[in-house]
Amino acid sequence: MLQQIFELWRWQDLLASWPRFATAFLNTLEIAVLALLLSLFLGVIFGLMSTSHNPLLRIIARVYVEFFQNTPLAIQVFFVYYALPYAGIVLHQIPIGILCVGIYTGAYMSEVVRAGIGSIPKGQFEAAASQGFTYIQTMLLIILPQTVKIILPPLVNQMVNLIKNTSIVAMIAGTDLMYRANAWATNGYMSYGPSYLVCGVLYFAICFPLSTWARNYEERLKRRDSQASMELDKVEEVVA
Amino acid sequence: MDAFNAVFTPDNLNYIMRGFWMTVRVAFFSILFSIVIGTALGIIRSYGNFVLRKLAGFYIELFRNTPNLLWVFVCFIAAPFPTAFGRACFAYVLFTSAMMAEIVRGGLNAIPKGQFEAASSQGFTLAGALWYIVIPQCFRRIIPTMMSQIVTVIKDTSFLAQVAIGELLFNTKDLMAKLPVYTGHALTFPEVALLFAFAMLLYFILCFTLSCTARYIQKRNNTATNQRAEG
Repeated sequence: MLQQIFELWRWQDLLASWPRFATAFLNTLEIAVLALLLSLFLGVIFGLMSTSHNPLLRIIARVYVEFFQNTPLAIQVFFVYYALPYAGIVLHQIPIGILCVGIYTGAYMSEVVRAGIGSIPKGQFEAAASQGFTYIQTMLLIILPQTVKIILPPLVNQMVNLIKNTSIVAMIAGTDLMYRANAWATNGYMSYGPSYLVCGVLYFAICFPLSTWARNYEERLKRRDSQASMELDKVEEVVA
Repeated sequence: MDAFNAVFTPDNLNYIMRGFWMTVRVAFFSILFSIVIGTALGIIRSYGNFVLRKLAGFYIELFRNTPNLLWVFVCFIAAPFPTAFGRACFAYVLFTSAMMAEIVRGGLNAIPKGQFEAASSQGFTLAGALWYIVIPQCFRRIIPTMMSQIVTVIKDTSFLAQVAIGELLFNTKDLMAKLPVYTGHALTFPEVALLFAFAMLLYFILCFTLSCTARYIQKRNNTATNQRAEG
């Protein structure tokens, strides 16, 4: 496979089918962006639920997080793709990707949000309550904006995981980048080398800037702000 | 009830459990080797000379920013191992050791430089100080994080279904395809749902146990730290 990378004709072959790679890359981006929005939405909702005073809401949030964190994304995707049609629910691969990756990552996002809220001093909640803020107002206007600074690095790391996890759609022939790279090599001249290299470079090109930014931001924050640094350590202990 | 009896025959259960055993074996060897290699890489990344540091950094960034599934595909074609099992483990070791290295690096960062100075003043060599003083402290801190990475590895072994290794997900899907032959009628939703639910349950039991252990260790570490700080 390695020597294939130095064979020019294979690259010419790949260049000829470049539009298909470009479409696949766009599909991957589409899945990633929409799944990210879904996961952020779910993350905030379930994160708030897990810090609420209502035990029922807390239990629901706990079950959601534990179920999705402790079963593989691949089996969830397979369940939706292979099992749900028997119940009359047939979804296209890309919506399956968005839904499954979004809901799966939402569980991780929710833990990040929960840890972020947990790191805010109690006094903030009491001060807000004394000023007559309702629970929702307190959370949305006072607590969540303060957590952003702290939870940004773990959130971005989860985003990188999300992008990498979109490749699982390839397991159900999802016309994403990973699937295209594999299918193109298998159906053509077995040019696995160039195909996988291009695929890896494209994933790397989106993930590397994000994970590097997250690390630099974290290191800057730790140097500048010892209070935020302690809170960040607390958040990372929970989220890992 | 019919669906239950159709799905959970002794033969079928045996087949699923064989898949589960394969999942456990791949995960075990992958985790074992990636912890060893990851620790070495993390130490090189933190304390090695300039060239070694850059090389380790390149390795870590390369694997941290590309999907694990890609490496499963790559290793299946190119890894220099005779058996599918070896190639599968190799893919996970490549990927996970980068993750472990990053975790170890985080743990080492938290250990004050003064520890090395104190150790060398007592006549420890660098290797001695690492082995007896720094690594034990580092591991105590990072074990919970490592365990959540271990859970990720177990979950990610399900990618092997794509390269026809008989692990839990592959056997589940395979059994789903064969079930109409065994039962003599077309698949029904309860049968398929039961099959997948059972596989999910197996994954869940394994992963949830580890997650809970990680949380327990985390909590114990925190109480120990607080007690030290107070006393």
